[in-house]
Amino acid sequence: MTESDNELGLKVTSAGILSLIQDAGRYGAFNLGLTNGGPADPLAFYWANRLCGNELNSTAIEISLGGLQLIAQVDCVIAVTGAPMPLTINGQGTELWRSVFVKAGDSIHLGFTQRGVRCYLAIAGGFDIKPMFGSTSTVCREAIGGLRGGKLVENDVLPCQLAPKAGHKLKQLMLPEHEQPKYSNEVILHTVLSYQQQHFSRIEKRLFFSSEYQVSKHWDRMGYRLQGRAIKADITGILSEGICYGAVQIPADGQPIVLLNDRQTIGGYAKIGAVISQDCAKLSQCRQGDNVRFEPISLSKADNLFHLNLSKFTQTQLINCS
Amino acid sequence: MTARINETIRLEVAGENALMLYFTSNKNYSNEQTTSVITAEISPNISNNVYQAVQLIRRHFTIEIIDLIPSYASILVVFNLLEIDHHHLRNKLKKVLKQCDSASSKQGRLVELPAYYSLESGVDLARIAKHAKLTVEQVISLHQAQEYRVYAIGFAPGFAYLGEVDERIAMARLATPRLKVPKGAIAIADRQTAVYPAQSPGGWNIIGLCPVDMFNAHAKPSMPIEVGDRVKFVAITKFEFLELGGDLPNQESLND
Repeated sequence: MTESDNELGLKVTSAGILSLIQDAGRYGAFNLGLTNGGPADPLAFYWANRLCGNELNSTAIEISLGGLQLIAQVDCVIAVTGAPMPLTINGQGTELWRSVFVKAGDSIHLGFTQRGVRCYLAIAGGFDIKPMFGSTSTVCREAIGGLRGGKLVENDVLPCQLAPKAGHKLKQLMLPEHEQPKYSNEVILHTVLSYQQQHFSRIEKRLFFSSEYQVSKHWDRMGYRLQGRAIKADITGILSEGICYGAVQIPADGQPIVLLNDRQTIGGYAKIGAVISQDCAKLSQCRQGDNVRFEPISLSKADNLFHLNLSKFTQTQLINCS
Repeated sequence: MTARINETIRLEVAGENALMLYFTSNKNYSNEQTTSVITAEISPNISNNVYQAVQLIRRHFTIEIIDLIPSYASILVVFNLLEIDHHHLRNKLKKVLKQCDSASSKQGRLVELPAYYSLESGVDLARIAKHAKLTVEQVISLHQAQEYRVYAIGFAPGFAYLGEVDERIAMARLATPRLKVPKGAIAIADRQTAVYPAQSPGGWNIIGLCPVDMFNAHAKPSMPIEVGDRVKFVAITKFEFLELGGDLPNQESLND
């Protein structure tokens, strides 16, 4: 197949529903029409890398819903974070949010989750995948990134750095339980009013921010279609323009769509605003039937929140549990 | 949150780490009611301004800017919150873009794209001709006569929206999109034209095939054109098409 044939790493014995190679995302190729991809829940992704002692941008696997089974071909250290999928190593239950040693021949199994949607499996040193346009992130619609532009399939081998430099002396780390994010089926989406907001009357805006919406059956990495009170713009469309992460598109039927990592880069629907990044991540852990509400936030407050969250992430200490 | 940079450029918020630059033509400015009206206007002048602004931003910014999405009359500026905040970015953009002048003659490159027009490669040619009450040859020569501008790139990697097509051969999208439009298909939708960079579903009317790769992830550059460039189609024969590496799709797949 490819050069990865003779490289060793983790071998996929069952790929689950949707397991994707992701790094922090692809930036700098919007002008070619390439979207950014990247982890749907960046916070969980960054924690997985920190627990492995990696650079935050290291390549990991994003598992949606569950069902991934792997066999380790080498000794390695892994960490799984995110939605509470039952993790077993050789049938033995193992905690999430901590790094664990895995020996060559061990089988790693992630069951299905009832709460949340995505989790991240990182490996010390990161998976060794050739980047495309500066990133290993898989965007299936574009057939870009990952091993061959698509989701993982049985028998894929994800090569990793052989025996991390510090070898078995690598510390085992865990994130204290009270610091671990909890995933809820009710989420508040703080939204900066922007884009075509002047085309929504004061009443429409009030309805938008006071109504409850449910996640419809159309939810994926491209975007989440919501169901609830219809919102009307006074225009039917706009000249196609760039769409940012979290943009809230209101199509003719009035049902909001929050656009996420794999969105198209340009589009011609009216947008009422954009959800802030930390809440996009929370939304991406929701599934059909979950409840969301929009809440307005000023740009300055959004900026503060971003930096507060970042400094909280940087300052949170991991516990050494080796 | 709206700010004017000059007579033709308006700056607005898009999201947590994104600002939007909207471009209008001069004449609109004088009789504009409010500063926030979005003018749905497609014009080479505005596109030229967008192109110039992209060049200026690329020249004056480095790590502060993550990426730009230029389109018909706007640029989405995505910035790095660790390097700059929106206040500073606004001020710097205002300064940098003051120099953006719609009267400037600076424009993108002229790129020629070979086109194999025929009933065989352009399955919708006959229909367009009939609709326009023209001969197939006239449709082909009208499509070639125009110098198109690359207004936007998106929808799929390498998909460039070119405009504007001569009114006489403008054609609405198919009511039912095809499941498979072949790679390289040159197609028309309303007054826009494009070359499909890869086989994909699509509802545009196919008039020919282009043997040039519009998107190749392994080539540098990945695309032969960028937003702001100008494109001319030049007719080639079937022989030349095949010589240039073109691939004729089998006809059945087009009728899917």
